[in-house]
Amino acid sequence: MSQTGKLKKHPRLLPMINFVKKHYLIILPIFFIVLIAQMDKYDQLTTSGTFGAAIRLAIPICLAGLGGMFSERTGIVNIGLEGMMIMGTWFGAWAAWLYGPWYGILAGILGGALFGLIHAVGTVTFQVDHIVSGVAINILAAGVARFLNVVAYADQPTQSSTQSPRIDGDVGDFTLPYLSGGADTPSLFGYLQDLNYPFISDIAGLLLGATSNLSYISIFSLALIPVAAWVLWSTPFGLQMRSVGELPTGSESLGVNVYLMKYIGVMISGGFAGLAGAYLVLESSGIYREGQTAGRGFIGLASMIFGNYRPFGIFMGSGLFGYADALQLRSDDAVHGLLILISLILFIFAIKQLLEKKYINSSISIALSIGFLVWFLNSETVPSEFVYFTPHLTTLIVLSSASQKLRMPQKVGQPYRKGELN
Amino acid sequence: MKLSLKLTTLLAPVFAIIVAFGLSTIMLYLIGEDPIETFKIMYDYGKTGKSIVSILNRSVPLYISAVAVAVGFKMGLFNIGVESQYLMGALLSAALGAAVALPSFLHITLIIFVAVISSAFWAAIAGYLKVKKGVHEVISTIMLNYIGTGIIAYLLANIFFEKVELSTTAPQTDLLPETARIPSLNAFLGIEDLPNLHGFIIGAVFIGILYYWIVWKTSLGFDLRATGSSPLAAKFSGANPARLTILAMMISGAFAGFVGIAPLTGYFFKYTTDFPSGLGFAGITVALLGRNHPVGMALGAILLSFLERSAQILDLKDVPKEIEKIMQAVIVLTVVVAYEVVKRYVTNRQIKEASKVVADD
Repeated sequence: MSQTGKLKKHPRLLPMINFVKKHYLIILPIFFIVLIAQMDKYDQLTTSGTFGAAIRLAIPICLAGLGGMFSERTGIVNIGLEGMMIMGTWFGAWAAWLYGPWYGILAGILGGALFGLIHAVGTVTFQVDHIVSGVAINILAAGVARFLNVVAYADQPTQSSTQSPRIDGDVGDFTLPYLSGGADTPSLFGYLQDLNYPFISDIAGLLLGATSNLSYISIFSLALIPVAAWVLWSTPFGLQMRSVGELPTGSESLGVNVYLMKYIGVMISGGFAGLAGAYLVLESSGIYREGQTAGRGFIGLASMIFGNYRPFGIFMGSGLFGYADALQLRSDDAVHGLLILISLILFIFAIKQLLEKKYINSSISIALSIGFLVWFLNSETVPSEFVYFTPHLTTLIVLSSASQKLRMPQKVGQPYRKGELN
Repeated sequence: MKLSLKLTTLLAPVFAIIVAFGLSTIMLYLIGEDPIETFKIMYDYGKTGKSIVSILNRSVPLYISAVAVAVGFKMGLFNIGVESQYLMGALLSAALGAAVALPSFLHITLIIFVAVISSAFWAAIAGYLKVKKGVHEVISTIMLNYIGTGIIAYLLANIFFEKVELSTTAPQTDLLPETARIPSLNAFLGIEDLPNLHGFIIGAVFIGILYYWIVWKTSLGFDLRATGSSPLAAKFSGANPARLTILAMMISGAFAGFVGIAPLTGYFFKYTTDFPSGLGFAGITVALLGRNHPVGMALGAILLSFLERSAQILDLKDVPKEIEKIMQAVIVLTVVVAYEVVKRYVTNRQIKEASKVVADD
């Protein structure tokens, strides 16, 4: 109390202090990461390369998350995102291999939307439990992709049940001129990054990574975020969609076709997931591979929950998971640096719990914090098997520390039948 | 009346299988194969003695995995993490089983005990996260699958396996001694000239009975089912949802621990990188197919094993054997829809019956 009393003399500082107090769980880790990145061994934590990779890896997760949002806003839980994403990878690769990358994107979206339709038939028309239907969709997608792969590439020399031939051609990319050095102009961010000043260079690295060598598919995908927000919150159509997830009986009474809205929502959802799949194929690997989605549909779902069912929140969440994924891919050393980060965060948790007089929790946090510190000091790298699941572990940790203050659509997951009161 | 309603419920899986065959017929036709001929080849291959033994052997872990999933389903919990749970149990029990020397009965008991306990605790994490942190179990168990796979790979390669310089041997645990192996049933049943029929098939029957007993005959099982069908009502009847959630996850995980026992003590005798995987996901299919019923799931497990086994022959005939994966998936998808339709029909019938009784009074 006395602190705020003193601060009253500096009214301009108060909002800032409040901001830090409210968002310390986001600000502190960022601060620590930048701090750790000052050490030479861990400089991969904040280079433009890492951030560029993070964006590329975040986009499919973000698209899947947006897909999840469209479905859940109309009241349908979509665990089948992963399966729809698998369809996106397969159809994306197939059409891209036949006709070129843009057709791949289109086919990916359609393939995902087709499976969205199946999910909608199951959950809306037949009112199967949403999760059961989603799980069945995932099983179906895996089987269909495998079967189609054998059939479609039967006369190719590299024929296999789990891979497509390599896809040629790309959609081209774009680098911001002057700031990031596009079109043979000088690169301001690049210059700042090379200076190696603390903080300034790290931020320049972030900006450089975010604005150079962005493919047109990435730009298209990123543009969909504000579009999704606009459609859902600024158009009558979006209002109808959201109303269906909140109070279907009420919307029905006002003349909204609830079933139709749910169908549209789930199919858009599938389309987004399919686009995410096609993106994975065209941007990161240039080939369809079984198991390529590696749970990213589910991570997308997690980013939707983390982002509180809102497009920009989803973008932030997927950025976080994409960053974890990028570290995992680019540098084992950088992941080693995360150990000290976890140790520091746990230490802060311990102090917070101590202040709240939760002594047992506090001592557990302290013990874990020391454990991570010892691990950090006694090792050079994190075993590669552990590095591989960094994004999944991040997902679990983030969800368990953030999922309590959420507001989900009111009727999400509940069946709706015309003419019934619920 | 009651009996005819039960028979109607049985229609659902039959309908699903017919739809699956119909769709696969269309697909085979589209890719230019003769559907009738294909199904005939599959059937002929699937009914040979060798195949029947293989089908029974396959269905044992599949059935147990389905039971593990079903325990969760009964309480409205979706344990998608059976996959990493059983692999975790199998690895730890294989490592410990190879390290000790005990009389046969004790040795096998110890292996089962270790597998069950470690799987149950791995599953408990998801229960804890759901109760204390509000993380949905579908997401947490899926993430735990990836994390578990990583931890298992690490333990296998670095802790339980001595790397030899310049050797290309894949990481694996030491072989289980003779005392830790469950004998096959061939000698007992007097079957000759056929591959080994696992002894643990008897264990699977016991697990089915145990599942039935826990879920339908104990008060814990009653609480589980009550919470599954109406959480609010269960809460007012005195059930503690938080405690039940963690417990249900642990029981589900404990059953998952049994999944790896048959392959481990029956024919693998060690944990390697090619230890059978994917059984956890297949178990979800079987649980949905068998509607969490102990006998229904047994039939489902045998059906899927039959499809898997009989599809093996298709490669030799130049028909893509992946058609079997589609058949599986279509069966699952149609069966969940069919059950829902039947359920609605049955409820409507019951409402009509009841109103008739009321009207007659």
